[in-house]
Order: sequence, then structure tokens, then C-alpha cells
Amino acid sequence: MKRVILATLVVFAAMPALACETVRVGDIEVEHAWSRATIGADRPGVVYLSIRNTGSTDDALIGVATPIAGMPMLHETVVSDGIASMPHTMSMPVPAGQTAALAPGGFHGMLMGLTQALKKGDSFPLTLTFETAGDVTVTVEVLGMGAKEAECPNAQP
Amino acid sequence: MRLTRLQKILWAAAGVAALAYGALMVFSDRAPVSVAEAAFRPTFSLPDAEGRLRTPADFAGKHLLVFFGFTNCPDVCPTTLAEVAQVMDDLGEEAENVQPLFISVDPERDRRLGLAAFTAAFHPTILALAGDTEQTRAAAESFKIFFERQDDAAAPDGYMMSHSPALYLIGPDGDWLRQFTYGTPAADILADLQPRL
Ligand SMILES: [Cu+2]
Repeated sequence: MKRVILATLVVFAAMPALACETVRVGDIEVEHAWSRATIGADRPGVVYLSIRNTGSTDDALIGVATPIAGMPMLHETVVSDGIASMPHTMSMPVPAGQTAALAPGGFHGMLMGLTQALKKGDSFPLTLTFETAGDVTVTVEVLGMGAKEAECPNAQP
Repeated sequence: MRLTRLQKILWAAAGVAALAYGALMVFSDRAPVSVAEAAFRPTFSLPDAEGRLRTPADFAGKHLLVFFGFTNCPDVCPTTLAEVAQVMDDLGEEAENVQPLFISVDPERDRRLGLAAFTAAFHPTILALAGDTEQTRAAAESFKIFFERQDDAAAPDGYMMSHSPALYLIGPDGDWLRQFTYGTPAADILADLQPRL
């Protein structure tokens, strides 16, 4: 019995750490990858995360891929003259020495054609493609529908 | 001597400029809201999820928090609805004097996907309204908001919606009180709302 409780604690402790851990490829560090729960699989899901370019050369995020969505894309929410739209975007700049983010109200990963509903507490892999640094896969944590930011210590939205 | 006079002139000029600037700030701050919006009463007549037609008269005596959006909107809409949910929770007992409304600008698809379940996932008090094209257009025009369907082959069902993402506050007598621009935190909305209740 004690062992079961202990094992359960370990699993729960490890889950948020996956999404909160920092994953590196070349000069690029990615962390705080999170998503919002969906009702069913008919509406698109979303992905937010934080990217730091520790190098001295500019890079750019040029693609996202995940097995749980048939058509994942980069979008950018643009509010201009009081109108919000979210056009498809080809790339998000990640300038040398700076942090860029997929964040609510700005750039976001848009997961269209979900193969399943995203449930709070689930996690799924997401592969990011950078122009220079190449591919890196992160674990995305699914939070509640009303989540506003990653649930990590010192998380940035 | 000449230098002193020049200094006086410069000081005087600076004083006039400061006054002019101050006046400009005061008037530009006040004019648009209090004058232009004084007797503005936006209206709507839209069915809820059960098909009952709802109008502002149904909510007389309550403050309304009105948001125009669509449920196939994973970025902007959840952010605002989450703030509204937070406001309703933080209002405590006073929440009964506030009615949040989610008016669909993509009503046909929203009804098909399920509108009430979507808003309920954020907060049980949020009432979702979705009319036909004409009712929706009329409500948007009354609130002076913009929405548009944009064809996009890469989007689900081949189109995207663009829309005004602000949150509108309507008073207990139906008067338009103010808008909260997209991204206003729940705490700021609450601070504005509480003294009015
Ligand atoms: Cu999008």
C-alpha cells in the first residue's frame, strides 16, 4: 500500500516537470510548453511556450508538428484598429540573445484537425523546427480551458 | 540684461506650452467618452442555447459584461472568457448583479459544435447567445462592433473569423458604460465594476 502511494506521488511529481523542463537544441532553449483543454476534437487546440536564443546568430521558428493534430500551424493573433484576427504566419523571429514566446494574444501554435480531445492533465509531444538550430521535441502539458499561463515555478505566460 | 529678457520670454513660452498641453490632455481625455457615448443603449434580440429569444429587457437591473466571439477561437476568446470567469468568482455575492454574455459571431457553426458547453466550461453564469445572420448583424451594428468571415483554405471549414475582441460593460438601465480592451486583467475589470454595484 505504501509503495503504491509512493509510486503515485512520483508519477504526479514527474508530470509537470516534463512540460516545465528546459529542452535545448544548438543555441535554442525551449520551456513552459502548455496547451488548453478542448471540448471534443472538432475545435482547434493551441500551444504556447517560451524560446530563448542564447547564441549570437538570429534564428526563427518555422514550423510545428505533433502526432495529435492533422494540421498544426503557426498563427499570430493581430489586434489592429480594435479588430482581432489570426493569420497563418510562416515564421516567428527568435533574435540572438533574446526570448520569444508563443503566448496568449500573440504568436501561437494552432492545432487543427485534432485526433482526440485535449484533456486537462494530458501531455503530448510537439516538434519545433528552427531555421538554424533544426528540430527539437518538447512535451506540452494540457491545462484547463481557462488557463492563462504555464503552471511552472517562475513561469512566464 | 538681454540674456535675462530672453530667459523671461523662454520661461513664458514654456509656461504657455505647458498650459496648452495640459488643456489638450484634459479635453482629449474627456470628450470622446462622456459626450459621444452618453445615451448610447446598444440592443440585441438573440436566442440562447434553448432557443429562447433574449433581449436587454431580460437583464434589467443587472450589469452586463458582453463579449462577441466564436468558439472555434483557441487564443483570444478563452483568454477573455477566463478573465470574465475570474471576475465572476471574485465578485462573490455581488455576482448575482452581473450577467456575462457571449454573443457568437459565428452562430451556425457554434450551434453545431455546442455553444453552452463551451461557455459553461469557463463559468456557469456565462450565457451564450447565437442568432441567425440577420440577428447577429443587427446586434453587432447596435454595439458598433466589427466582425467578418474571411475565407482561408487552410482553416477548419475553410474560413476564419476576425472580430472586435473587447469586453463591453452595460449598465442596469441598458446604458453603454465602457469597454475593456482585449487583455485587460480580471483585477482591473473587478476594480472598475465593484464600486458600480
Ligand atoms: Cu490561431
